[in-house]
Amino acid sequence: MDFLNSITLLGNFIIVPGLVYGSQLALGALGVTLIYGILRFSNFAHGETMAVGSMVTILATWGLQSLGVSISPLPTALLALPIGIIAAILLCLTTDKIVYRFYRRQRAAPVTLLIASLGVMFFYSGLTRFVVGPGDINFFDGTRFIIRAREFKQMTGLDEGLAIKTTHGITIIITLIIVAALFYFLNRTKTGKSMRAYSDNRDLALLSGINPDRVVLIVWIITAILATIAGTLYGLDKSFKPFTFLQLLLPIFAAAIVGGIGNPLGAITGGFVIAFSEISITYAYRKFLTYNLPESWEPDGLVQLLSTDYKFAVSFVILVVVLLVRPTGIFRGQSV
Amino acid sequence: MSDTRSIVSNENKNSRFTRGLFMFSLLALMFCAVAYFQSLSLALTILNLCLISAIMSLGLNIQWGYAGLLNVGVMGFAALGGVAAVLISMPPVEEAWAVGGSGLGQTVIALIITIVLALLAYYKLKSPFRAPLLFAIIIVGYFIIRSFFDPATGAIEKVNPASSGYLGGLGLPITLSWIIGGLFAAGAAWLVGKISLGLRSDYLAIATLGISEIIIAVLKNEDWLTRGVKNVTALPRPVPYEVDIQQSADYIALANDWGISIIELSSVIVKLSYAGLFAIILLCLIWLTEKALHSPWGRMMRAIRDNETAAEAMGKNVKGRHLQVFVLGSAIIGIAGAMLVTLDGQFTPSSYTPLRFTFLIWVMVIVGGSGNNWGSILGGFIIWFFWIEAEPMGLWLLDFLTSGLAENSPLRLHLLESAAHMRLMTMGLILLLVLRFSPRGLLPEK
Repeated sequence: MDFLNSITLLGNFIIVPGLVYGSQLALGALGVTLIYGILRFSNFAHGETMAVGSMVTILATWGLQSLGVSISPLPTALLALPIGIIAAILLCLTTDKIVYRFYRRQRAAPVTLLIASLGVMFFYSGLTRFVVGPGDINFFDGTRFIIRAREFKQMTGLDEGLAIKTTHGITIIITLIIVAALFYFLNRTKTGKSMRAYSDNRDLALLSGINPDRVVLIVWIITAILATIAGTLYGLDKSFKPFTFLQLLLPIFAAAIVGGIGNPLGAITGGFVIAFSEISITYAYRKFLTYNLPESWEPDGLVQLLSTDYKFAVSFVILVVVLLVRPTGIFRGQSV
Repeated sequence: MSDTRSIVSNENKNSRFTRGLFMFSLLALMFCAVAYFQSLSLALTILNLCLISAIMSLGLNIQWGYAGLLNVGVMGFAALGGVAAVLISMPPVEEAWAVGGSGLGQTVIALIITIVLALLAYYKLKSPFRAPLLFAIIIVGYFIIRSFFDPATGAIEKVNPASSGYLGGLGLPITLSWIIGGLFAAGAAWLVGKISLGLRSDYLAIATLGISEIIIAVLKNEDWLTRGVKNVTALPRPVPYEVDIQQSADYIALANDWGISIIELSSVIVKLSYAGLFAIILLCLIWLTEKALHSPWGRMMRAIRDNETAAEAMGKNVKGRHLQVFVLGSAIIGIAGAMLVTLDGQFTPSSYTPLRFTFLIWVMVIVGGSGNNWGSILGGFIIWFFWIEAEPMGLWLLDFLTSGLAENSPLRLHLLESAAHMRLMTMGLILLLVLRFSPRGLLPEK
């Protein structure tokens, strides 16, 4: 019984949050990795693209709410998501046309594009704060929980509860759908294959008659979709704060690099590796050990490896280890 | 043939010199305008921060302009300099040392033993045992270190938490911390550079972004070292206090002669002395960097930047030079960070934001002209000036644009409220525009 209790405890505090956070990171890292694979630069504006997409989603949610539209028990934000996605696509395409295309035509060094993306990041973050302000926004509505801790306890007779929030379920299901659709697109459709070909060898792809403008257009559309969904899911799960998106940049990049930058499968794996390490290293194991150890061995402290204030350090350390041991990442991404 | 070429390059040099002179004179004029229309004291406040910004952008220019290294963690290195100011200048808290000193000593000993054992295991053991044993040493060592560290820091933080609750500093003159701050930043830069240089250029950017976030997290949370978010205030000053100046008889006579209020004149004198100190540092650094840039070393750095492969084929140690230049640039940023805390007279970890300390400095370097020391200094001055003045200007602009709307229309109120965020958009736009239309900046490298 004690063992089952301790497993439930881990499920509630590590496995469920890890899956959810991992899905959010995976979606974010997929966007970064696709841009890197096709356009060959690290897009520092990706976090802020997430912010702008979810900001428009929030505005649309408010609009729908004031009209009285609701899809309870699901949050209204899901209904508003397409509007956010369209806005993000328009924003990305406009930015590409005004900013990035010039450097692409010049075949500028990736570093120049990176600095341009810093400027874009500035602009987007100003835009977000200008429209909705720097404060905390909670836009979740509908039913909060799929399973409440109390119900779980009654159901199973255990002392520990397992709570699953609606946002947890939504995050995982949407991530599964998106990832499946993305892989189907990349591996089975002609456009997807041409994108992979372009990513593998740009000159060869151009010689084979692949239209580069079309590839770039589609990669921005996919990135905008992924960014808006990732940002909205993160905002629904926690809450929407403009400054968190800059801080998310580090775990997202770490996830993409750990998996092998430029490799979509790697981005997903990397997302979960980072999420589970972050959560399991900052979790206090005291209660878990109390269940499993004889009474005389009970720990006095929290048995927490690292305080939650240092969760960035976890993604950083993983990043450093990967850079030292295997710079191409788990799945051998591009090493150019 | 060679004669004409030298004439052309001379003319080029002359026109660049006039251009620089013109820009700096224009800048001087803007300061005079602020002094005249707003106040002399405000102009000097802006000037002091301009000087510090110029030093920071000089440091970043060494990394980006000389060597093409992307440092997206300027904030972290500046904050390390700031910590040095606290650790050098504040008086030590005897009581805290008494309760926690021995515990911290044991922590250090445990840390050294762990590192030595881990290194021994890494170098002496063979493959099958090495990894697991190394892992075990690190894990066990970590918990032993924590068992000394946690009680010691807990005890330190309990000593008068309202007024101290930390170890304090060494009680030395605060100007010394400018050098120490540079050393702190150089140490951190060496570590980051060692790991991520030699890999793809973006990795350095991401690694510096990460280390700067971690440095700030440590400064915010390790109360025993920096008081965390409780801030360290009332740092000793390198210049006299206003109150002391006001009491001198000569001074009062002077103020009466000039017909300026006693309080304003004293604040002007204090700010002027800061400006003098900072200007000395800035001039020294310019002299050194210009010397370096025009020495064989500087030529080698530019050769490496322009074509790494060719430079490597010529037998230059590219990774070694990159590490050197990354450490040097970070050290200068650290010096500027310590100077900033000295000027503020307080250390507030929560004031370190990437927008203000990393990206603003980037805008300075790009706008000023990367690769040119004078350009980055000009960029530092201009961008800081606009950073300060953009808010009133943005407010004025919005007020003007929305003047057709009703006084209390919600759109107008929202826009006026959000005017502060216009800064971010403006800075982003400036960066993008300069990068696109004048990528070599206001004062280009020749």
